[in-house]
Amino acid sequence: MPFIEAVRLALAQIRVQKLKSFFTLLGVTIGVMFLIAVISIVQGMSSYMENDFAAKMLGVNTFTLRRFPWFGDGAQSEAEWRQWVRRPRIYHSDLPLVTRAVPLGSRIAVESQEFLIAATQWARPKQVEAHAVDGDYFAIKKYDVASGRLFTNQEADLGAPIVVIGDEVAKYFFPNLNPIGRDLRIKGIPYRVIGILEKQGSVFGLSLDRVAIAPYNSPMHRFTNPRGDVDGIMVQAPTPNEMDEAMESVREVMRGKRNMRPSESDNFFMETSASALAFMDKLKTIMTTAGTAFPAIGLIVGGLVIMNIMLVAVAERTHEIGIRKSLGARRRDILRQFLVEAATLSTMGAIVGIILGIVLAKGISMATPLPAKVAPWSIVLATLLGTVVGVVSGVYPAKRAAGLDPIAALRKE
Amino acid sequence: MTSTTDEIPLSTTAERQAVTNGGVAPEKDWVIVTRGLKREYDMGGEIVRALRGVDVAIRRNEYVAIMGPSGSGKSTLMNLIGCLDTPNAGEYWLNGMLVSGMHEDELARVRNKEIGFVFQTFNLLPRASALHNVELPLVYAGVPGDERRKRATEALTRVKLGDRIHHRPNELSGGQRQRVAIARALVNTPAILLADEPTGNLDSATSEEIMGVFEGLASEGQTVIMVTHEPDIAAHARRVIVLKDGMIESDDRRENFRAKIHSTGGASKIGI
Ligand SMILES: Nc1ncnc2c1ncn2[C@@H]1O[C@H](COP(=O)(O)OP(=O)(O)OP(=O)(O)O)[C@@H](O)[C@H]1O
Ligand SMILES: [Mg+2]
Repeated sequence: MPFIEAVRLALAQIRVQKLKSFFTLLGVTIGVMFLIAVISIVQGMSSYMENDFAAKMLGVNTFTLRRFPWFGDGAQSEAEWRQWVRRPRIYHSDLPLVTRAVPLGSRIAVESQEFLIAATQWARPKQVEAHAVDGDYFAIKKYDVASGRLFTNQEADLGAPIVVIGDEVAKYFFPNLNPIGRDLRIKGIPYRVIGILEKQGSVFGLSLDRVAIAPYNSPMHRFTNPRGDVDGIMVQAPTPNEMDEAMESVREVMRGKRNMRPSESDNFFMETSASALAFMDKLKTIMTTAGTAFPAIGLIVGGLVIMNIMLVAVAERTHEIGIRKSLGARRRDILRQFLVEAATLSTMGAIVGIILGIVLAKGISMATPLPAKVAPWSIVLATLLGTVVGVVSGVYPAKRAAGLDPIAALRKE
Repeated sequence: MTSTTDEIPLSTTAERQAVTNGGVAPEKDWVIVTRGLKREYDMGGEIVRALRGVDVAIRRNEYVAIMGPSGSGKSTLMNLIGCLDTPNAGEYWLNGMLVSGMHEDELARVRNKEIGFVFQTFNLLPRASALHNVELPLVYAGVPGDERRKRATEALTRVKLGDRIHHRPNELSGGQRQRVAIARALVNTPAILLADEPTGNLDSATSEEIMGVFEGLASEGQTVIMVTHEPDIAAHARRVIVLKDGMIESDDRRENFRAKIHSTGGASKIGI
């Protein structure tokens, strides 16, 4: 019996027993649904990390000199963490040194951030993400203003009490008002608003538009970094090729300044988008492993259900098998008929599961900050998996059916 | 395994010869030759000897009836001839091929190509149309869909069911169901048409009608072997083999059988 005939037969069988087929499909459908949803979300997160997060938070060709990594998976041990917090801090006074070390054309900025209470007469006090920055911060971050302007070099050097605010800050503290030229009080100190940033959106549900950015030399830095240290020094190399060179130079000057012996390992960290993404890869592996366990159980249960239903089908259709054998069906024809039926069933289950999984993934990404991206390979994988589950769980019942003796099978009504 | 020749009640010396040459392929004329065919069932230690050495030789185009009391081994013999079952001992030659000792797949091929089997209980697929039922042997023969439908329709037309091809078995009368089964048995142009009590589930009028179909086929040259309990049905055949206790009791040409019926007072039933 040709393959296509077996498929047609299987579809006819499924059509005749709609309800039973539906329940047979359920396990595979649920397994595949969660599989697709998990893969979509993991994929969505990693593509988000690569395309948006890395660029938005860390920038291209950019590294940040820090005391220890911020975006990694944290200290690997208690001891490492203790070692990290004993490290010397990065100070604003390190800036000239770094500036001299990096290749010509690099951009440099200090970064210093803290959540501080802000207020105006038009709104209740609320926390904003206050930044004290200088140098080429806006250029590195690719921030531009929607209205107003950024600081001048002079204002930055002098530490003028001025602020560039994010979209949400503008809307909250200055409802139906033009914030430009008005004062925003942060920790009681008034800063004149000179610009409003273009809307940045959010990363994992955290808004990037709740910022208030003031010059480093303004009073702001006393609150963001009371000890005179900074969160980090950001360096953007002019080209990707010069990035490594820049990092090496900075490493040398920092080690020189700290009088480190060659045997000592760095007591600072240079964070790049690559180092943050390496962490993401790790996270992805963990999520995929953990996230596949559940669907896998679903698929196994689905397979067992199919096996069970197929065994019942073999018992119910013994007479039919006898008829077919009496008409010349060979062992392999019957085997194929039942295998194809099991595989068709579970492939259909997988297809329904794929559709539901995509819907679920989209639903999750709409309801939560988790992004979702349906990977074409996951659809192929799920379809194949569905078929394989069907074939594997169909083998035993199909063998039983194929091995029946024609006379004995015919006698069974 | 060879039995003593004089004990075997065969019609002709030719037949006697055909069944005694153990291990040698019979001449081309013989479509069926069995030699010392035995079939035993092990019923939990107790051996039931359903066939105890059956020698039969049947020529192409013969129309043979098999009779005998219940439990005499008629169905067992038919199943062996139909390759649905395999003997414990003895030879079975079909169309010059030694069927006994064939592998499972070869048997399936023989069932598909050489044998058309009509059962007392029709054995149609209940959920499939008459057409699909008749197509089945062609499906397993690997005949493509278009030709399959054409040939199945022809076979159904031949048994006068050309206007019922899309009906399911439960939408057909008993006689019509049996016609579908006959069409199915014939669709692959088998060497032999076997029927095990084909009218056993039918009333007498319908039985006559079905017998008419077999009669017609036989007169067209189809080899037919039929099991029946009814002497008047057996009377349609040109040769009657009677089984008893797993052995052949008699094997007679029609004329002899008729005479026998007369002598036992069964003639009134046959009406000849
Ligand atoms: N599968 C089986 N297992 C055990 N014994 C069997 C089996 N099939 C047949 N027999 C026995 O073999 C003997 C012959 O049975 P068979 O069915 O060939 O008889 P029959 O002549 O067709 O009878 P009937 O006219 O009632 O159909 C009987 O004694 C029966 O009980
Ligand atoms: Mg019988």
